[in-house]
Order: sequence, then structure tokens, then C-alpha cells
Amino acid sequence: MTLPLFALQLLNGVEYGLLLFLVASGLTLIFGVLGVLNFAHGSFYMLGAYLAYWIGERTGSLAWALALGVPLLFATGWVVERLAISRLYGRDHLSQLLLTYGMVLLFNELQRALFGNEVHGVATPRPLAFGLPLGELQSWPAYRAFTCVACLLVAAAIRHVLLRTRFGMRVRAGAVNPEMVEALGVDVRRLLSILFSAGTALAALAGILAAPLTTVYPGMGEGVLIVSFVVVVIGGIGSVKGAFFGALLVGLADTLGKVLVPAVSSAMVYAVMAAVLLWRPRGLFGQPAEAR
Amino acid sequence: MTLPRSVRAGLLVGAIALALVPLSGDRFWVQFAGKVMVTCIFAVSLDLLVGYAGLVSLAHSAFFGLSAYLLAGLTNQLGLVSPLVTLPLCLAFAALAALLIGWLSLRATGVYFVMVTLAFTQMLYYLFSESPALGGSDGVFISQRPRLAVLGRTLVDLGDRTDAHAAIWVALVLSFLLLRRLVRAPFGRVLTAIRINEPRMRTLGYATRRYKLAAFVLGGALAGLAGYLDATLYGFVNPAQFGWRQSGLVLVTVLLGGKGTLYGPAVGAALLGVLEHFAQRATEHWSAVVGAAVVAVVLFLPRGVAGLLEGSRG
Amino acid sequence: MPRQTLSRRALLAATGATAFSAVLPRRAFPAGKAKIRIGLLLPYSGTYAALGNNITDGMKLAAREHDNKLAGRELEWVAVDDESDPAKAPANVNKLVVGEKVDVLTGPVHSGVAMAMMQVVRQEKTLTIVTNAGAQAVTGQLCAPNVFRTSFSNWQTSYPCADVVLKDGRKKAILMFWNYSFGQESMAAFKEGFTKGGGTIVKEIPVPFPTTEFQANLSEIAALKPDAVFVFFAGAGAAKFVKDYADAGLKDKIPLYGSGFLTEGVLGAQGPAAEGIKTTLHYADSLATPANRDFRAAFKKATSRDADVYAVAGYDTIHALARALDKVQGDTGARKELIAALESVQFESPRGPFRFSKAHNPVQNVYVRQVKAGREIVLGVAQKDAEDPAFGCQMAT
Repeated sequence: MTLPLFALQLLNGVEYGLLLFLVASGLTLIFGVLGVLNFAHGSFYMLGAYLAYWIGERTGSLAWALALGVPLLFATGWVVERLAISRLYGRDHLSQLLLTYGMVLLFNELQRALFGNEVHGVATPRPLAFGLPLGELQSWPAYRAFTCVACLLVAAAIRHVLLRTRFGMRVRAGAVNPEMVEALGVDVRRLLSILFSAGTALAALAGILAAPLTTVYPGMGEGVLIVSFVVVVIGGIGSVKGAFFGALLVGLADTLGKVLVPAVSSAMVYAVMAAVLLWRPRGLFGQPAEAR
Repeated sequence: MTLPRSVRAGLLVGAIALALVPLSGDRFWVQFAGKVMVTCIFAVSLDLLVGYAGLVSLAHSAFFGLSAYLLAGLTNQLGLVSPLVTLPLCLAFAALAALLIGWLSLRATGVYFVMVTLAFTQMLYYLFSESPALGGSDGVFISQRPRLAVLGRTLVDLGDRTDAHAAIWVALVLSFLLLRRLVRAPFGRVLTAIRINEPRMRTLGYATRRYKLAAFVLGGALAGLAGYLDATLYGFVNPAQFGWRQSGLVLVTVLLGGKGTLYGPAVGAALLGVLEHFAQRATEHWSAVVGAAVVAVVLFLPRGVAGLLEGSRG
Repeated sequence: MPRQTLSRRALLAATGATAFSAVLPRRAFPAGKAKIRIGLLLPYSGTYAALGNNITDGMKLAAREHDNKLAGRELEWVAVDDESDPAKAPANVNKLVVGEKVDVLTGPVHSGVAMAMMQVVRQEKTLTIVTNAGAQAVTGQLCAPNVFRTSFSNWQTSYPCADVVLKDGRKKAILMFWNYSFGQESMAAFKEGFTKGGGTIVKEIPVPFPTTEFQANLSEIAALKPDAVFVFFAGAGAAKFVKDYADAGLKDKIPLYGSGFLTEGVLGAQGPAAEGIKTTLHYADSLATPANRDFRAAFKKATSRDADVYAVAGYDTIHALARALDKVQGDTGARKELIAALESVQFESPRGPFRFSKAHNPVQNVYVRQVKAGREIVLGVAQKDAEDPAFGCQMAT
């Protein structure tokens, strides 16, 4: 492989990784801070993508989908958290797994009832529908560059919120010692609701941004879900920084695996995860304490 | 762990009812019952890990599938038909795989353990699905069902529905009794103690990882038994038997039925099978029915169906 | 401690009642002996649900054209959602064949499910008509007198494409495909035709099924600069691939070919990215025959959706069955005669002339299609009366 091609593959890997980060960031927050194993995370991704299609069809613009879809799914996450998730905070991970598994079945039927079974394309926003030429035959889609930038901005925003705002401080404190935080007068229940909704909104955002790239189809959440869990585990549960680097690692491993060792490329991601866990049993940036 | 009288009576009635299904003469229900019983064995074997040892393993379907595929290989390639030969080999193979995967996975704990087991099952799925030599994504037929013949006379032909039903029933009862014995014995109690507080057990001098590994291997062998019988029932193996969907489904079954009770997952498997069957006939949106049932159980029956059957206890 | 909202007794009673009603003899209420029961083993959920729906609606359309009666007997549909899951397939087939005792079993979409189905129907000798799954073995190694197929074999949809590529003057091709049986069989067929005609395969790129991340491989293809790229993808994966191909700048530089599944049913989702792609398939929306025009109009009217190759398979299944049943005066018990009748069926389908080969696979034209202005235009016939070679089928010798 020539150097320019290798560089291009690195770029592909990073781009895939950044999108994965967007999905995984919500998952790691929900798992790490709330301690909730949210199996339905992929469903929110799917709902976001379907909204992108539906709103896009009617308004012709992805921007509207973003403006309407993200708040809508934030609200949906809020409702789900209040009605169902909040009852499980005391219980073990398995109950949460079971509940969210049941929710996935329900969400799938909801999607089918609302949107039908067809595969739908989502048009790339016109201003971004061109290719950046790289060499005589290759060109890199501008929209992919846009999603990279968007993901980086979101990553920076999350970091800012977590590290530099009162809300973020409370979230981090709540992750370590919720009772103390409550004793200090913070409404922990509201905090958790906001956090869960933020996590699902992030998943939906990822779905909306990715929709022009992936097309929209039934069951699209499943594949994303499994890879997201792998990313979260590699990065360390609860660590957004870990999710970031874990996602990049997965993106690069998957991309380079496909090109260098196609025979085993399907197992690549899992092999990487196993290797990371052997080296760092709690993930790259995971808490050394007992995993929640 | 003594069960309330009513539950014990219920289980006995259920077991007898299952045994009598072939008398109905309805071939469909005989095979349906067979499939349900296989799922029961599969679920109960996972309960040893999940409910007692506290090991949430997503690799369980791997042992199910490996045993099934070995049976296909032994029968198709080597012409081995007698279960006296194939069954021990398949169980040993499943146990060996469990030993290897367990040894590697138990280096991790908590959710990380779960993910490592997931990794193994996914890798096996891709391996079998992408290799035409192993049958590929379309699966493999088993040319002949196992047949136990002594001195030229066929005693048990697992290709015959009634014989197969009886064999599966016996396997289910024996597995259940074996596991029940085990969990009441010191081994089982150590496992439970390890689940509750592993560091303390270690300070008490127990080699906790060895106990967990033993449970993993035993559970894996029984999963292999379920896989063997499943392959016998339909004469067909497919990579879809590996993979996170099947593993996830059996885990859900265990949780629905009530983990840590042994009989709970069996009841859960039966109920889920029946629910799916009737929901499918009733409506096109049957998976929403199943989803709603699952959500209801989680929210209102914290200890699963077993919790309901045992009544409110303290 | 949450109060038990369901009393134990109530739950146990409900379970007992359900179990009891389940084992009631099936014919406790006379159901009308004269009805012909048609079993549908199709996906009604998951990624392939759209295909399952189209096949079913094609069948029902054909049934309505016969006033829902075949050879004077009413039709009864019994559907099971196979979820495209081969692990559940044997139990689902059992449900239809042994439980519901259907007279004819139709379906499925997924080849893994089809293989499970073959195991049961070869034993039970149920009349089976495969309405989509293209696995070679169904009319190859596992062919059986009671098994017919009205859709296609993977070979039929890919082999003729080799000629199309060669005729366009392209000799160096790269293959890219999902690495499971459908993809593997398609590539084998294309390779056979392509190398026979003097072409060379520069590289084969298998992609794990069902991954849809193609970016890395597309960059690779651009660097290798072949004359042509032949692919197998279907459904959402095909939609994404074609879009990615265009986005990577390859669309107008290296021509893309594939079996028709690359564009079938997803042309709308692909938009302008699909423009100019040539594919081979045994059907095309724009086939200008009266049979096709009438069929498409009727389908659109009945379902508000556009017909596609999947709907045609369902449609032809019922028409073939109708003709065969007429020949035996509707006697579904006369197995041998019914099979012989079905074997001799010939008619003009929306896809063109239709008949069965000795191995019970359709003998049909395979067309070259090209996407122009968002529609599939038929350029011509890639292979007339294409017949699957039926390797290993005892009946075809």
C-alpha cells in the first residue's frame, strides 16, 4: 500500500471512529454515571435517523431535522427515564438489561408502525454534496468532513460541560457519590433525568448526522449498539475521554483490518477489545474501583 | 433453598404433563414440546452461571453451537451415528471450549467479563458464517439422526419423534436434578458466597477463580447437551445459533423466569415459547406483545416469574 | 416492595386455560374441508420485512385475479414471521407444515431459513414453492420432486453479467461482496463467466455480512484502478454502497456492475448516485410487455406501492399453482399428478416467458438494465432462457 493510500485509510478510520464516538458518548455517560445498562441506545439512534428522513422529506433540509429532532428525542428520553428507567436505579444491571431489551422490541414495532419497512435515502445537504478531490481517482465526500468536524465540536462541548460547568461538576460528583450530592441539596433525580435525556439526545444526533451516509432501514440500531458497547468497554465505562479514544481505536482497527487482513476483518474489533482488556482490565481510562 | 410445596407440586405436574405430550398424537406439539424442553435445558444451564456464580455470560450460545456443529461433522464426515460415541464427544468438546473461553474471560470482571464473552461468541459466529468449509451461512444438514443400536437392534432412534421427546425429557430431568444437587452441595454454596462477596471468600482461602471456572465449564457442557439435542430435533445446524442474539435471548429467558432458582428459567423458557407462539398467531405486531410482557415482568415482578410463583417473601 | 398487581392464582389460571385450549383438537370447529391452505414463511419484521410484504401482496393480487379460488376451492393464508432467523427456522417451518398442515408452503427470503425449510419439507414431502431465496442447493444438491422455485437462483442473476461487462470492453474487474452464501455464489458465477470470456479478476474483496462500512474498500478500489467493479449487495446495504461509491468519486470513473439486487427496491433511496449502473436480473420495472404493465398497474392500485422483482415471484407462484391445480381438478392430495402438472406449467409472466427446468428452477430471460433518470431501463436480454446449471441435482440428469 502506498503512503497516500495509507494516509487516506487513516482518514477513513478516524472519520468512522468519530461517528462511533458520538453514539458511544451517550452510552458511556448513561452507563458510567447512572449505572444503567441501556440496551435501547441503538433504538434512539434509529429513531433519530428516521426523524432525519421524515423531517427531511417534508422540509428538504437536514438542519430542520437537527433543530426539531434532537429536542424531540431529548424529551422522549426524559419520558422514558421518568416512566421506566428511574424505577431501576436501585436494581442490578441485569434488570436494566431486561427492561431495555423489552423496550427495543417496542421501539422496533413503533418504528415499523410509524415509518414502514422500506429502505429510505436521506439526501446529503446541498451545500455539502461535493467531493474533495484527492489524486486522480479518489475524492473524499465533503459531508464526511463535515460530520468529522461536527463530532469534534460535540466532543469539545461535552468536555466543556463536564469540566467547566456547575452541571458537569454535579454530574461527576453524582457519579462518585450520589448520596452526598443529594445531601448537599442538589436534586439528584432531576440531574439523572437530564443526563439520561442528554445521552439519548446524543444518540439521536448521531443518527441524524449519519442518516445521509447510512440510509435509513429497519433494525439499523442493532449493529451500532454492539459496536458502541465495544467502544465504551475499550475506553473504560463512564469515561468520555475513553469513549473518544476507544472509538478512534475501533474505527482505525476496523478500517485497516478490512484492507490489510480482510479474511479476519469481522473479528478485528473484538480482537482489539480483548487485547485492550488484557492490558488494561478496566479499559483505557476506566475507574480502578469496582465497576458499577 | 427449599421450594414451597405448591411450587414443587407445580413442577411435578408440569414434568408429568410434558412427558405425556406424545400421547396426544399431535406431531406438532410433540416437536414443539421438544424444542421448549431443549430451551429449558439451555436456560437452566445458564442459571448456574448467572444466578449462582454471578457470571453473566454471553458466550453460552457458543457451546450450544459448537456441540451441534460437532455432531454434524461426526455424522456427516465420519458416519458416526451412535449417541454412545457422539454424545460424550460433543459434551467433551463443549466443555473444552468452555474451559478455554472461561479461562480467558475470567481474567476480566463485571461488565468487562460480559463483553469478553460476547467477543468470543461473535468471533465464532463470523468464523462459521464465512467459511464455506464449515457450511457457511446457510448451515449444515445432519445426514442421519443419532441412533442407539445394540447387537443390530435399534433401541432408541432420535429420528423418531417420540423417542426424541423421551430422550430430551430424560435429559432435562437429569440436568435439573444434577444441578439442584450441585447447588445444594458445598460447591453450590461456595459459588453463591463467591457471588455475594468474592474478596471475602478469597481471604477465607478459597480459589475463587477455580470455582467460577468449574461452574463455567459445567454450564458450558450442559449447554452443549442442549445443542446436541437441538441438532437432533431438527437435523440442521446454522451459524445463527452462535452470535449475540441467541445468547441475549437465553439470558433474557433466565431473567424473565427468575435467576438463581433453577426452575425459574425453565418455566421462563416454556412461557416465552408459548407466548411467542400465540402472539404470532394473534397479531402481526407480536414482538411488541412480547416486548410489553418483558417490560411488565421487569417492572412488576422483580424476581421474575419464579418470584410470582413463590409469592411475596420477606 | 411493589404490590403484586397480578394475583398468583389469576396468572396460574390463565396459563392453565391457555395450555388447555392449545391442546384442544384442531378440528373442534369445522373449518370447511374444501379450503386450500397456503403457508407463508416470510419475514414480516426486521431488515427484510419490505420483501416479505411485497411477496405476500404479489401472491394476494394473483389470488384476487382468480377470485381467491384455485380450481374452485377457496384459499386460506397462514403466515408465520420467520424474522429471517435461521436459528428459529426449523421450529417455524414445523409450525406451518406439521402444526397447521398447510397444503402448499411458500417462502422464504433468507437462504439460511430456506435450508432449514428444505430439511423438513424433503422429509414431509409437502409441496413447497420457494418464492425468493436463491441458494443454489435448493434446486441443486438438495433438489426434490416436491420443491419448486419461482424466483431465481444466485447463479442466474450473476452469470449473465459477465458477458455484459466483457461486451463493454472491460477486462479487469474487482469483485466486492458480502461474505455469505448469496454473495459467494454470485461471485463464483460471475467469475466463471468472466474468466471464460477472457477477463481477469484483479482482486476479490469480501465484506463481513451485514457490515455496511465500505469506505476503506472503496479507497482501495480507487487506488487499484480496475476497468470495472462487480458487486453483490442488497437492500439497505446496496443503497449505502451505491451512495458511497458515488461519494468516493468513483461513479463516473470506474463503471459499477452487479446483479439486479444492487438497485432493486432501493433506487429511490439511492437517488442520482445510481445513475448509469448496469445490472442483470430476471425482471425490470420497465419491461414493456402487456403482462408487466397490467401487473404493475394492478399492484400499485392495490397497495399504493410499486411492484418489484419480489412481488413478481409471489404473483407468479399463485398463477403457476392455479394452472397446476386446474389440471388435477384441485386435488391437492394427488401428489404425483400435481407435481407433474406443476412441472408442465408455462405462461407469460410479467418477467417474460416462464417455465420450470427439470430441477424445478425457473427458466427465464435475464435482462440487462441500466438506471437512467431514476428508472431502470431495459437495454436488452443478457441471456435468453437462462437455466441454472443445477449442480448435483439428481432430477436434472
